[in-house]
Amino acid sequence: MIELLLFYVFAAVLLFAATMVITAKNPVHSALFLVLAFFNSAALWLMAEAEFLGIALVLVYVGAVMVLFLFVVMMLDINLAPMREGFARYLPIGALVGCVMVVEMALVVGSKDVNLIHGGPVTSAAEGVGMSNTKALGSVLYTVYAYPFEIASVVLLVAIVAAIMLTHRRRPGTKQQNIDRQVRVRKEQRLRIVTMAPEKRK
Amino acid sequence: MTFEMPDFLLALPEIWVLSMACLVLVVDLFARGRESALAFHLVQFTLLAAAWLSIETQWGVTATTFSGTYVADKFACLLKVAICLLTFLVFAYSRDYLRKRDLLSGDFFLLGLLGVLGMMIMASAHSLLTVYLGLELVELCLFAMVAYDRENRVGSEAAMKYFVLAALSSGMLLYGMSMVYGAAQSLDLAQIAAIAANGESGLLLAFGLTFILVGVAFKFGAVPFHMWIPDVYQGALTPVTVYVGTAPKIAAVALFVRLLVDGLGALHDQWQVMATIIAVGSLAVGNLFALVQTNIKRMLGYSTIAHVGFLFLGFIAGTEEGYSAALFYAITYGLMAAGAFGVVILLSRRGFEADLIEDMKGLNDRHSGFAVVMLILMFSLTGVPGTVGFYAKWLVLKAVIDVNMVWLAVVAVIFAVIGAFYYLRVVRMVYFDRRSDGEPLEASTGLRIVLAGNGLAVLVLGIFPDSLIMACKVALAG
Amino acid sequence: MAEFANLVWIVAKIVALVVPLFIAVAYMTYAERRVIGWIQWRKGPNRVGIYGLLQPIADACKLLMKEVVIPQNANRFLFLLAPLFSIIPALAAWAVLPLGDGLVVADIDAGLLYVLAMTSMGVYGVIVAGWASNSKYALIGAMRAGAQVVSYEIAMGFALVGVLMAAGSLNMSEIVHAQQGPFWNWFWLPLLPLFIVYWVSGVAETNRLPFDVAEGESEIVAGFHVEYSGMAFAIFFLAEYANMILIAGLATILFLGGWYSPFHGIGYLGPIFDLVPGTLWFCLKAGFFLFGYFWFRGTFPRYRYDQIMRLGWKVLIPVTVVWLVVESVFILTGFGPWF
Repeated sequence: MIELLLFYVFAAVLLFAATMVITAKNPVHSALFLVLAFFNSAALWLMAEAEFLGIALVLVYVGAVMVLFLFVVMMLDINLAPMREGFARYLPIGALVGCVMVVEMALVVGSKDVNLIHGGPVTSAAEGVGMSNTKALGSVLYTVYAYPFEIASVVLLVAIVAAIMLTHRRRPGTKQQNIDRQVRVRKEQRLRIVTMAPEKRK
Repeated sequence: MTFEMPDFLLALPEIWVLSMACLVLVVDLFARGRESALAFHLVQFTLLAAAWLSIETQWGVTATTFSGTYVADKFACLLKVAICLLTFLVFAYSRDYLRKRDLLSGDFFLLGLLGVLGMMIMASAHSLLTVYLGLELVELCLFAMVAYDRENRVGSEAAMKYFVLAALSSGMLLYGMSMVYGAAQSLDLAQIAAIAANGESGLLLAFGLTFILVGVAFKFGAVPFHMWIPDVYQGALTPVTVYVGTAPKIAAVALFVRLLVDGLGALHDQWQVMATIIAVGSLAVGNLFALVQTNIKRMLGYSTIAHVGFLFLGFIAGTEEGYSAALFYAITYGLMAAGAFGVVILLSRRGFEADLIEDMKGLNDRHSGFAVVMLILMFSLTGVPGTVGFYAKWLVLKAVIDVNMVWLAVVAVIFAVIGAFYYLRVVRMVYFDRRSDGEPLEASTGLRIVLAGNGLAVLVLGIFPDSLIMACKVALAG
Repeated sequence: MAEFANLVWIVAKIVALVVPLFIAVAYMTYAERRVIGWIQWRKGPNRVGIYGLLQPIADACKLLMKEVVIPQNANRFLFLLAPLFSIIPALAAWAVLPLGDGLVVADIDAGLLYVLAMTSMGVYGVIVAGWASNSKYALIGAMRAGAQVVSYEIAMGFALVGVLMAAGSLNMSEIVHAQQGPFWNWFWLPLLPLFIVYWVSGVAETNRLPFDVAEGESEIVAGFHVEYSGMAFAIFFLAEYANMILIAGLATILFLGGWYSPFHGIGYLGPIFDLVPGTLWFCLKAGFFLFGYFWFRGTFPRYRYDQIMRLGWKVLIPVTVVWLVVESVFILTGFGPWF
């Protein structure tokens, strides 16, 4: 009973947050609502006993991605008025595309091939394999899906290389600290001892 | 769950490229040296060795490994060899160009190499997951390479457009894949093929198919998903344009064949109509818009769209001959496009981009040898009999006529004739127009040799196309 | 009805955990001032109550009485919400920490992941506070804190991966069980580099000295909470100290054998020391780390911002990555009493 109640609470908050992401006027609010949406979907996942996915969602998206996202959004000086200018103009085409998508989704989901409502009893991941969700995921990830997993890692490598290549340029005039040289400085390079005859006061 | 230890040796080409890419990454960091020479030579060696390894380990084999996510067969092997060799050629062109503009660094070649890895993964993909990941790998490298010259506003804009549109199309592709997965309950292409042949889950597969075709057509740059091509071709650095315009087209053939022939081949009747629309649209838009261009890179971009239209004819036929013709078309087109851009690179120098068609004026006076190369390339792109471009066009047309779609062949020929105009205009500029400053070319010897070799390859393939045609046929025969 | 009883039981457990925690936080502020005073050769608070023991209570009363000033043009809603963003993850993470054998609110399988997820969310309090205050100092502090926490989270996560590999489980209790035995059986020894990395990034994660650029009172006044006063400020304070205790408790569980006595399982010595309750051992070990916090504060000058980033990305992360490889070799070869 409580579980069902919790499900509806989380689901309702999720939907509300998702709606607010696109309707909120302030981009920072949008980003924060997105965080809320992620958090609630993670909670839903937890309730489905997919704890690894749920926690990973919080860890990766809420804990890292959205923080950086917020960073950028906070730094931006967005003037909201021009962003809303084209709204009325693009509304018809947007609505049309939206309708097409809805109809199509209805066709797909409603077709006899997809049995969402009258499907078999849903077994949780843990029940099916007889071990915890994390273990079950790990055991296929590193065996059956080892190859796609490795490719995904290469994709991330490329992302790193590309990001560094595009941003890490030597701009003229930037000052940098060379730690090695700093540490290796000798006394002679900085300090000059001069012998001076004492001045006589007249 | 039983798990079989994968046969790593089967995937040796990919493993080799990845290991070398990691090595290059480190080497380039610590031994930058003069103009990343070591990194460049390592990358080139890697590409040649990868081509050799592909032949050694994969020609004549048909086997899957890594729990059915990886397949090694003749098709994959031929594609990998073509991709590696073409990229070798592209990099050979690039070095001189980048050095003259102080843009030379190991990153460029490293990203290119990782892109090649992505294409090889696509060629050997046997699961929706590998197809998609390979594709993303390529795309990510391409975005970065298009944006390579940060100072160049046009390039950055092109990269941005490309990024947004490609992300959208990847979303489409993924959406389609998810539907196919929903219908087939499997990511394995063989099982998807079985389900598709079964005839169940028709609606779901049909929707999935549509979205997948949209995604694939975008990767080809076929109408109506061609918007990115002209901007990217024009905005990117010329070496990047060559890279984008050659090997990824071959990889796109892999994408098409793996997804829509190996996977959803049973639904050929359904995608044939859509592919026909795409082909006719590409032929029309590509050829007509190319007519009015003044920038040669942009013109070659539109010409790419037109060629993709021709390439699609092979797919539309839906026969083994058709697919092998499309493959042949992609490979030979890659070779021709590389040469054409090579001439553009040859003519540019520091502070001057020879990217207007007018810059071709008087090439014959400046160097008659390269004028001949350009002549061969342009004739070949037009499809003048006796050139390799003719055989490519002839094969796809024959494939279409064989399945009784004569009208399509007629349309294609009409547009090819229209297309001849803008290729021949370049030839006219090269031979019959005078240029006020007939200064000599200042390209390096290496570049000259590579370009001459490229021209020669096109010529030789035009005279003896049989072996490559046979190879393509054997590759698709399975 | 059974569900209801269950719910009451859970709430009771939470209260039993949180109340001592708050008391601990209150007395940590006292301990900190005394320890720093000791380091600096002075006395510290000694007027309120005997030895100044009532000082934290006096401070709490003072903060409760003060007005919460909301700056002009601040985002009122988020301004008031930010302290909650700070305190909730700091408390929530405690749910999976076993203070003794079986003495845990929620013994979940993915405990370690859960802790990581919760600690990673603490940064929202800082960022939102910095932004909602509508103040330059606060925003700068928030930016610094955000970048720092996100960077050090990676090193910290990697260090925890080492623990996970060694223990073969994500469950906190099982991690402690895996370290059963005398003190040389605990993970701090085979994972020494990871242990140090974890400690350093733990200090950085909590924005404590020498990594407290987010507050940096000499340059940006008080960083992200410069505009906060009264109870709102107190909650930030509470969250910071709760996080410190959390990091100390985690270090105890992950590297120092949790509730086991240092001489567990050694001949005659073992049973004697086992008479001391496990929870006390836990508190003693955690106290050691907390003392470390104060000691760092009394000893080190503040890092410069770029130095912090360099340390995180170029020193700590490579160390962890290398040690993970070394550890895999250990595991494969069954090295020592640990694997």
